[in-house]
Amino acid sequence: MSVSGGIEYTAVRELRGPLAIVEGVSGIGWDEYVRIALASGERRHGVVLDADRDLAVVQVLEGTAGMDPAGVRAAFSGSPLRVPVGTDWLGRVCNGRGEPLDGGPPVFGAHDAEVGGAPINPVRREPPSEPVLTGVGAVDALTTLVRGQKLPVFSVAGLPHLELAAQIAAQATAAGEAFSVVFAGMGLTHADASFVRDALEERSAAGELVLLLNTADDPVIERILTPRIALTVAEHLAFTEGRHVLVVMTDMTTYAEALREVSAARGEIPARRAYPGYLYSDLASLYERCGRIRGRPGSVTVLPVLTMPAGDITHPVPDLTGYITEGQIVLSPETHARGVYPPVDALSSLSRLMRKGAGPGRTRDDHLDVAAQLLAALARARQVRDLADLVGQAALSPTDRRYLDYEEAFLRDFAHQRSDEPRDLDTSLERGWRALLTLPRSQLSMLPARLLDAHGAQDLDDLGEGTPR
Amino acid sequence: MTEAAGTPRRATAREPVSRILRVTGPLVEMEYVGGTAMYDLVSIGPAGLPGEVVAINGDVVTVQAYEYTGGLAPGQTALPQGRPLSVRLGPELLGGIFDGLLRPLSGAGDWLLPDAGRHAAEERVRSFSPSVAQGEQVAEGEALGEIQDAGPVRVKVLLPPGCGGTVEEIAAAGDVPSDAVVAVVGSVEVRVGALWPVRQPRPVRERVDSHESLNTGQRVIDLLFPVARGSTVAVPGGFGTGKTMLLQQIAKWCDADVIVYVGCGERGNEMADVITELAELQDPRTGGRLADRTVTIANTSNMPMMAREASVYTGMTVAEYFRDMGLDVVVIADSTSRWAEALREFASRTGALPAEEGYPAGLASAIAAFYERAAAVTTLGGYRGSVTVIGAVSPPGGDMTEPVTAHTERFVRCLWTLDRDLAYARHYPAVSWAGSFSRDVPVLAAGHRAADDPAWTRRRDRVGAVLAEADRLADLVDLIGIAALPARERISVLAGRLVREGVLQQSALSEQDAYCGPEKTAALADAVLAVADRCRELVDSGVPAASVEETDFGPLLRAREDTGPHDAAGVAALRDAMLTRLGELRP
Repeated sequence: MSVSGGIEYTAVRELRGPLAIVEGVSGIGWDEYVRIALASGERRHGVVLDADRDLAVVQVLEGTAGMDPAGVRAAFSGSPLRVPVGTDWLGRVCNGRGEPLDGGPPVFGAHDAEVGGAPINPVRREPPSEPVLTGVGAVDALTTLVRGQKLPVFSVAGLPHLELAAQIAAQATAAGEAFSVVFAGMGLTHADASFVRDALEERSAAGELVLLLNTADDPVIERILTPRIALTVAEHLAFTEGRHVLVVMTDMTTYAEALREVSAARGEIPARRAYPGYLYSDLASLYERCGRIRGRPGSVTVLPVLTMPAGDITHPVPDLTGYITEGQIVLSPETHARGVYPPVDALSSLSRLMRKGAGPGRTRDDHLDVAAQLLAALARARQVRDLADLVGQAALSPTDRRYLDYEEAFLRDFAHQRSDEPRDLDTSLERGWRALLTLPRSQLSMLPARLLDAHGAQDLDDLGEGTPR
Repeated sequence: MTEAAGTPRRATAREPVSRILRVTGPLVEMEYVGGTAMYDLVSIGPAGLPGEVVAINGDVVTVQAYEYTGGLAPGQTALPQGRPLSVRLGPELLGGIFDGLLRPLSGAGDWLLPDAGRHAAEERVRSFSPSVAQGEQVAEGEALGEIQDAGPVRVKVLLPPGCGGTVEEIAAAGDVPSDAVVAVVGSVEVRVGALWPVRQPRPVRERVDSHESLNTGQRVIDLLFPVARGSTVAVPGGFGTGKTMLLQQIAKWCDADVIVYVGCGERGNEMADVITELAELQDPRTGGRLADRTVTIANTSNMPMMAREASVYTGMTVAEYFRDMGLDVVVIADSTSRWAEALREFASRTGALPAEEGYPAGLASAIAAFYERAAAVTTLGGYRGSVTVIGAVSPPGGDMTEPVTAHTERFVRCLWTLDRDLAYARHYPAVSWAGSFSRDVPVLAAGHRAADDPAWTRRRDRVGAVLAEADRLADLVDLIGIAALPARERISVLAGRLVREGVLQQSALSEQDAYCGPEKTAALADAVLAVADRCRELVDSGVPAASVEETDFGPLLRAREDTGPHDAAGVAALRDAMLTRLGELRP
């Protein structure tokens, strides 16, 4: 049974929501990509959702507005959507369907690939073990991103997560090895889209960036394709071209909402908060495309950004994302309110692969110890602050007062940085040390004595009284 | 000559050909042709994708496909196979890594493409040694011989269920290809490997009560919530509570003969980690590689969802195969929630009426039936074996009232609830002592009383009491501060901390602490209880509670890391040192 090639069908029986039902077809496969021509000459695109005998239910990506069944011609492509892949993508700016926005010619490639991708054989996966340095101190030092990892940013509306995503996309490096960034924006406002274009201009000009921008007024359903195209391009750049590729996808909540909209249009039975029951598997089919493969150069690292509706971490999108990804970077409104950028909530954030990608032989010998000590001290500082709110600062012990100073130093000197400042890991760790040295030596039990001597850690008496600000 | 279950029922050579009517995702409808039965395997389309019949309605057969169906079109052919979804069982499973349909993943290429070409398991020559002679009478389930080179596990070749009679032919000791016929009994050819339909439990002579505990090497479990061989456990826990870590520790260190690890909707990188680690680690009991006693079924979250549905049954069938040889097997399924989601997904495609949260009404009975395949048994051949099932549950949003968690709790004998607050406080394993239970305790207590450890029940009760008392006081301490409590109660708070940090916490990364033998678990618990008793005596005799609290309990708390996995004497020495130090306190 051969595929239909370029046969066009004109018998559209029904138009309903985003769906067009074409009758009298034969040999049309499920998930086939469809090109639709309207009487006006306008071109739209669609995907076969249901191939039922001589009917094909087609989901029209741009919506069915203005479609008159009499004038519609649907050409079935014979296979699921494929996109050209190759290095031609580098330096390009395209819309969410991969069509140029930069005035250039359409992107061509010697090869093409199905956007759905195929699962990486778990046996062929190489466990991730080397860092991607983002130039953001709080991320590099405390939640190191590892090549082949998927590490999401959990944020809340109003926080500078887009700035952080753009900063990481602009600055990230892989120890001098060939590095590229694929940035997929979904449902961005025009202001955000132009901010991203500006912020990443330099990287784009250097031919290290692929920018796919689906804006808020673009067809909702197109958003479902955007991350898939991004990952397909990234996989080729990584596993065929041998580059380390960072894929930034923002905002995944918008993506999930698009998925929900499609699911509702198809009349599927809803699960939690009306999201489709397959949301977990769908998200996994994106996030799990990251990784390294034995015997192949390159890696795909995924950094999804999502906003938690009403700050609720148990909302299905962050919850299911957390089940799939290897840790999370959580942004906090409280830290933001204190004027700290990036407003990372270090205690809620975690990179599960950090132990494998940082430390001796990977980054710096003292990295893991310093990170552990910074977090342990921060946890204690939080307790002390709660206590101080209850009993007043005057009632605190001298050591506890030092912890208040430490928290301040942690936020101001270590975590805070400018959104256009690339900070190397050495500087970040030294700043971490400086914050730690506001504490008496007895409190730094996670650090070896040799390093404490080298950095001149002092006893409580030598530090003098802590001065709460 | 006939063959055992799992082979085609049909006698004719010509296969019926059906045509595809409809394709939507994993749901495929085809025309009914003679010889199609429920749960039969179907080979779909030009690529021969595997699928299973799930409904027959008049002329239309509904098939659930186990691969991505993109490009599959109405009009293409579908071939009913005339037999249920079956897997090939044999010694080559040990140390292997398979997908949800038990097709080997090693050698399958970097990406898993939807095609049928991944069937062929590697054929190996095996060293066979017969245990019966020609002319002997053997009954179903009895051993005909053993495979000598299957690593540390003693793999028997069994007479399949439903067969029996006189041994007509038996292979001589020596090498045989793994698909060769090694014996003929009562006109039935017996091979080293055997086909078995995954949804059909392998028959046993009888289920028996188990009094033997499965030693997991994890203190909080062995001490407080022990599990009997042949029992069932659910491990609910939100993300970041260390669920996978705990299950991996159990896979590595528990004292079963064979582990079947089913990664059902798991992370790919985690699976890669398990595979690498198992290959490197040594089995402390046999000295072989841990991988050699492990069968890994890797069905990561991005692999086809319907194969996830089959993978738990596949894992269970593999476990039953080894159980029938008289072995103790543990099935670890991570995570059963993803399996339930696959059930939901397919139910929704078939238009079944949804019950709670879109799950099909049959969810509870499907979960119950799955866990019910666990048992300690007398096999058909008269051996004692067991299958213990440990299933992870991933409640969305940490909501323990959601359907999968709520139903699972009712059907299992043990529940190890992972607590987010404990995990947040870096208390691992984060098994909540207040939210977990083990219904195996009475029978295991009787076993311990009769055999090795008469103090077992009293120790467990005392540790439980210390934790409960400390939890009760913790709320009070938050309100009024520790200094406002009476001295005895301050010691109760201290005792709770000592139990938590000195006994229950266990570091998976530490060489000495990752695994803990039963004698060391007992010694650590006894040591902490003895120290707590001494502290209480001290405050009774007038020593201020504050000076007891300020004592450095480091040696006691570090005992778990400073002594070897079986070093009960070392723990006792540290306890004595601690007691001496406390003895120096004066009123």
